[in-house]
Amino acid sequence: MELVLSAGIGVLTASGVWLLFRPRTYQVIIGLSLLSYAVNLFIFGMGRLRVNAPPIVEKGGAGGLLTHTDPIPQALVLTAIVIGFAMTALFLVVLLASRGLTGTDHVDGRE
Amino acid sequence: MNWIQHLIILPILLPIITAAGLIPVDERNRTLKGVIAFGSTLVVFIISVLLMRAAANAPVGTPGTGVYLLGNWPAPFGIVLVLDRLSALMLVLTAVLMIATQMFSMAKWHRAGHHFHSLLQLMLAGVNGAFLTGDLFNLFVFFEMMLAASYGLLLHGSGMVRVKAGLHYIAINLAASSLFLIGVSLIYGATGTLNMADLGLRITTVGPESRMLMEAGAAILGIAFLVKAGMWPLGFWLPATYSAATPPVAAIFAILTKVGVYILLRLSMLLFGGDAGISAGFGQSVLLYGGLLTIGFGAIGVLASQAMGRLAGYCVLVSSGTLLAAIGLGNGTVIGGALFYLVSSTLTTCAFFLLIELVERARDAGADVLAVTMEAYGDIDENEEEKEIGVAVPGTMAVLGLCFCTCAILFSGLPPLSGFLAKFAMLNGLFNPGGLGAEAPISGAEWTYVSLLILSGLAAMIAMNRVGIRTFWTSIEGTIPRVYLIEITPVLLLLTACVLLSLQAGPAMRYMDATAKALSQPQNYIGRVMSAPRAGETGAN
Repeated sequence: MELVLSAGIGVLTASGVWLLFRPRTYQVIIGLSLLSYAVNLFIFGMGRLRVNAPPIVEKGGAGGLLTHTDPIPQALVLTAIVIGFAMTALFLVVLLASRGLTGTDHVDGRE
Repeated sequence: MNWIQHLIILPILLPIITAAGLIPVDERNRTLKGVIAFGSTLVVFIISVLLMRAAANAPVGTPGTGVYLLGNWPAPFGIVLVLDRLSALMLVLTAVLMIATQMFSMAKWHRAGHHFHSLLQLMLAGVNGAFLTGDLFNLFVFFEMMLAASYGLLLHGSGMVRVKAGLHYIAINLAASSLFLIGVSLIYGATGTLNMADLGLRITTVGPESRMLMEAGAAILGIAFLVKAGMWPLGFWLPATYSAATPPVAAIFAILTKVGVYILLRLSMLLFGGDAGISAGFGQSVLLYGGLLTIGFGAIGVLASQAMGRLAGYCVLVSSGTLLAAIGLGNGTVIGGALFYLVSSTLTTCAFFLLIELVERARDAGADVLAVTMEAYGDIDENEEEKEIGVAVPGTMAVLGLCFCTCAILFSGLPPLSGFLAKFAMLNGLFNPGGLGAEAPISGAEWTYVSLLILSGLAAMIAMNRVGIRTFWTSIEGTIPRVYLIEITPVLLLLTACVLLSLQAGPAMRYMDATAKALSQPQNYIGRVMSAPRAGETGAN
């Protein structure tokens, strides 16, 4: 599982960074999205990988990292997803405005 | 609990509530919206001043003073807001800038687009939150809030130039935010905490297998802030963005670079100060040499700028570089002076961005390019100069010219104003690191810093002189700009603040020195946060 996750993060980051440096706005926004997926997975990985472990302690029950998974990275990922999603939407609007004003989808507004 | 303790949350809460409340109000009632937002900012300013007084008078080391437990969970588990001298100073500075900008925008610029005042209020909340928070992830949230508002503000007024600059600005900041998250999660993975005070404690006990991860996390986190602060080579976006923004927006953006500087200062002193064990001084040389390069790059940019907007943008870079290098030196006296410089240069930059627009109403856009080209190839029509003798300077131009001169004096650090005092304080710290009379060697980097500080002042003076002469002395026959009182008042207000800072340099400098001293003793900060009593618990006062 570690190998799959790390390879996934690596591929996502590499494609994201490559697309980020491309000259078309659409490529840039897809690059940013891929990058944010990679980051979200990375945050998740920083809480250590555990299968079938609940993040929330039952009322009255004892909690601990032996039986439970770390809940904080999951909370962080949720926040990061929400913020990242909102920012991508905003970027999309600016992208469209730029396309409308300049008539081209080049990031510099001219070919 | 003391009532002043509860004021800590208000600089964040009040602007958010105002911003939300203003959204449903019809855009045609702009003046009403502006007045409400202005009132909210005034209240935030008064609260900030109260908080600053409280922070200055707080007894050192009392647990819980200035610590606000959100949700009433004890410190390492719940998120906290922390007020100390540094954050209180930044709160007051932000509020002053915001007051000036809002007043200026109410003359006409707030009509250029929708929800201008809501966006400004959200930005105020985000910036204040970033200054007050004591938790890394909460910092990310406030940072994003501030950035989201700044995207909207940059695009305010629309148009091709702004949308293009906005596109680049948003892409760069989204990439930087990804780095921010990677850094935060690496630090969490290595140390198991996100609370800054708790991090300061745990940094000494991190095992060798996690230390590299932790330092890598801190470095990646640092890059995210250096992008914001505009360190060379991460700051190429800055002059283009700042000169594309509408004048009041550019003026308030002057505080954004300082948010990056603030966090770098806070984290490097807290995590990598003298008590940090093996990691002590981590990243300091990067800040020092990066800062020096930024000053150099900024100074060259200042000399090469043709338009005033770009000149101001490069002045922001010089100011950032000076502050970063001061943090990199890690010398307490220099940091005291650097804080004074931070306040003075931010006020000046804000005033200058507002002034540019008023001055440029009198001239056509091509004049700047022509001016610099003419300088390079020599004046073409030297005979015409005779005719201009005896032409009276109109009153408006006289006031604008005086403001311009004051900005030039402040930027170049000439006596008697605060720009000079700030540089003097920093040079004093550089030459007498152990106090007056104590012998201490001065390193090569410090000599470079000294010369760059002085040379960047010279560059600013040359550039400002050139622009000033072209604007005020040679274009008398141009149209005299119509300037409303509400537009010139904020500029005068900001410059008066600088003059006051110069007149009251003694008390101000004492405050800055005490701030620098408190920063160099992070154990006090850590102690206050970690032992903060919960509300309603016995022992809470």
